[in-house]
Amino acid sequence: MDVLMLSRLQFAAATMFHFIFVPLTLGLSVLIACMETAYVRTGNEVYKKMAKFWGKIFLVNFALGVVTGITLEFQFGTNWSRYSAYVGDIFGSLLAIEATAAFFLESTFIGVWHFGWEKLSPKAHATTAWLVAGASNLSAIWILIANGFMQNPVGYTLRNGRAELTDFFAIIVNKYAWLEFFHIIPASLLLAGFFLMGVSAWHLLRKSNESFFKKSFNIGVTVALVFSIFTAVEGHIHGNNMSLTQPAKLAAMESHWVTQRNAPMNLLVIPGEDGNVLEALPLPGVLSFLAYNDFNAEVKGLNDFPKEDRPPVILTFLSFRLMVGLGTLFPLLAGFGWLMRNKLDKYPLYLKVLPYCIPLPYIAIWAGWTLTEVGRQPWIVYGLMRTSDAVSPVATGEVGFSLVLMTLLYSLLGAAGIWLMIKLAKKGPEDNSPIQV
Amino acid sequence: METILEIGSLHYYMAMIWFVLWGVLWAIYFMLDGFDLGVGTLLPFLAKNEAEKRAMFNATGPFWDGNEVWLIAAGGVTFAAFPYAYAQMFSGLYTALMLLLFTLIVRGVSFEFRSKVDSDAWKKIWDTAHAVCSFLPALLLGVAFGNIFQGIPLDETGFSQAGLLGLLNPYGIAGGILFVSIFLMHGALWLCIRTTGELQVRAEGIAVKLWPGVVVLTVLFLAFTALSTKLFNNYLVYPVLFVILLLPVAGLVLMRTYLGARKYWMAWASSCLYIGGTALFGVVGIFPALIPSNPNPANSLTIMNSASSLLTLQIMLGVALVFVPLVIAYQFWAYKTLATPMTDEDMHY
Repeated sequence: MDVLMLSRLQFAAATMFHFIFVPLTLGLSVLIACMETAYVRTGNEVYKKMAKFWGKIFLVNFALGVVTGITLEFQFGTNWSRYSAYVGDIFGSLLAIEATAAFFLESTFIGVWHFGWEKLSPKAHATTAWLVAGASNLSAIWILIANGFMQNPVGYTLRNGRAELTDFFAIIVNKYAWLEFFHIIPASLLLAGFFLMGVSAWHLLRKSNESFFKKSFNIGVTVALVFSIFTAVEGHIHGNNMSLTQPAKLAAMESHWVTQRNAPMNLLVIPGEDGNVLEALPLPGVLSFLAYNDFNAEVKGLNDFPKEDRPPVILTFLSFRLMVGLGTLFPLLAGFGWLMRNKLDKYPLYLKVLPYCIPLPYIAIWAGWTLTEVGRQPWIVYGLMRTSDAVSPVATGEVGFSLVLMTLLYSLLGAAGIWLMIKLAKKGPEDNSPIQV
Repeated sequence: METILEIGSLHYYMAMIWFVLWGVLWAIYFMLDGFDLGVGTLLPFLAKNEAEKRAMFNATGPFWDGNEVWLIAAGGVTFAAFPYAYAQMFSGLYTALMLLLFTLIVRGVSFEFRSKVDSDAWKKIWDTAHAVCSFLPALLLGVAFGNIFQGIPLDETGFSQAGLLGLLNPYGIAGGILFVSIFLMHGALWLCIRTTGELQVRAEGIAVKLWPGVVVLTVLFLAFTALSTKLFNNYLVYPVLFVILLLPVAGLVLMRTYLGARKYWMAWASSCLYIGGTALFGVVGIFPALIPSNPNPANSLTIMNSASSLLTLQIMLGVALVFVPLVIAYQFWAYKTLATPMTDEDMHY
């Protein structure tokens, strides 16, 4: 393998690993802040206990998310130095702003939150929880604005052999970035909701801390239901916008080869990299409708893109299917739980299944990012710079060595971290004395 | 793909401001993460039992995360204000940086992982990992900056590869040793602030013993610098700049004085002065380069040829003027609230 492929693998591995932990940080931090606020407002100890219990799991998750994020910033320099030199004027400043305006806040106050239970008043402590939650989500905004530039570059001009900033405002209001933000934030809350549901269901089945986990389940199921619907609706809007800005990605994710009006969506497709192996059961006009909200709109097919400009079709197609399939399942699962929330003991099978559902939103989010990033290929900045022109002129051996070491290290730490989180989740809240609900 | 700034233009002055801020961010990073890396390295030498180990972890526990963000900020600012230098520095120092990142990752999780399982073997693994992964970043950062002071062999395209072995030259290693000794001293002083009882007595003893070592290493490093780098050139042209050296010297003297008087906060602050002064000395020495090239200085990455566009530098300055004072204010508050001598209450986890 060459440096390009190794660097792509390394970046994919680093981001996917990082993104096991980030969505839960984004979603759970908000829920914990809500729990603490409820504690301050009502004085009910159960909410404090909740914040502490979910907070402990959160901290393990948070630590892994933070430390693996550092690698990402530096990888742009180590592995993608030509990219860094070419768009650093814009991309670098967005990362620097993220660090100054958000990451500092998040990292400083997580320490205060963690060690400040006895040193701050409940109100001040709840404020630190909100600062952590707010800063995490603010951090996501800046990162997605940076990613939005890679997807849909705006506000620059080519000068001095690089992309130079001309319109900062255009970059921060980039529609692509904000549609990503409003997709990933609800998805993270959905994930946090399923996390609460899954862990609570495990305890409810075993009748441990029933009132505590009943309450946690109710929070989880409500959040999961609301945000699974939000995510799906927003995903459609996001898709509409994408078909305008990145037609090749749209064509690849549908494995749509022939440009046509009234383009059908085939229920059965076996995609190939040079045309579909099998196409059957077409629903006429549905693809046109999904892309442009118009059954008669023309959808450009992959045949009309030069071969060197086509994204990898199979991976893009499959990750899209996986994301949408799971995205359909989530509101159904959460909706059932919400309707039956007061008679859950009658549905032990449902409770048994839920813990196994915790990985599903993770898989959906991974698939979504695969679609976003692989679908953007062969461009690192859409239409502006090719990935192959972006890679550092470093030795294959060095990248290979760091990739192997990173994979090994991440696997070990990831396994240990997830094992710890499961252990903490199973242990339940520390004080087992009956609590008033 | 580089711009060449005209000396005296607005763009040039803006880039110069960023050069100063770039130096300041690295200096703050060393002052803050320096002590927690030092405490981590001291762990196996100072803590005699589980309670003392816990105390050493908790002495830095609330702060390490916020401290490390200064590294992200320093990296981010290099990326934003001098993208060309960023690209060169990080790809040029590829393996060294990857090792630095991996060690920081292991170190970071060790804070959270260690206490979560009640097993001696588990704790032992994370204690060892924590100590090794506190020592290595200190060493690697020193090696990296030693090599930057000395100059990196850049070619005309700016891109070059300094393999790990190439970095481990005598001057680079000297930089590494100096950094480790400074951070150990800085960490010992921090422990004097936060611990009590026997552990504090031992921390103070270590600090007292380390001090002459830091003095000797500083002098040797300066002599080595004069012999094998061009860092003194700016000073010889403008001898008034030698005043800067008074900062680290004053830091060293005050550090020992306050340590003797058991005014630990002041001793630690003096250590910060020493670190800041040393960083300033280096930054002024390499000016106007961010990455000096050696043997061919014409290929250096400088303020003139690696800066971002004027607009980016201006927007970033606006952001920095608003947020950096804010960050300093709330981090100051966090230290004030949590950096007290630890009691039993601080020993949970």
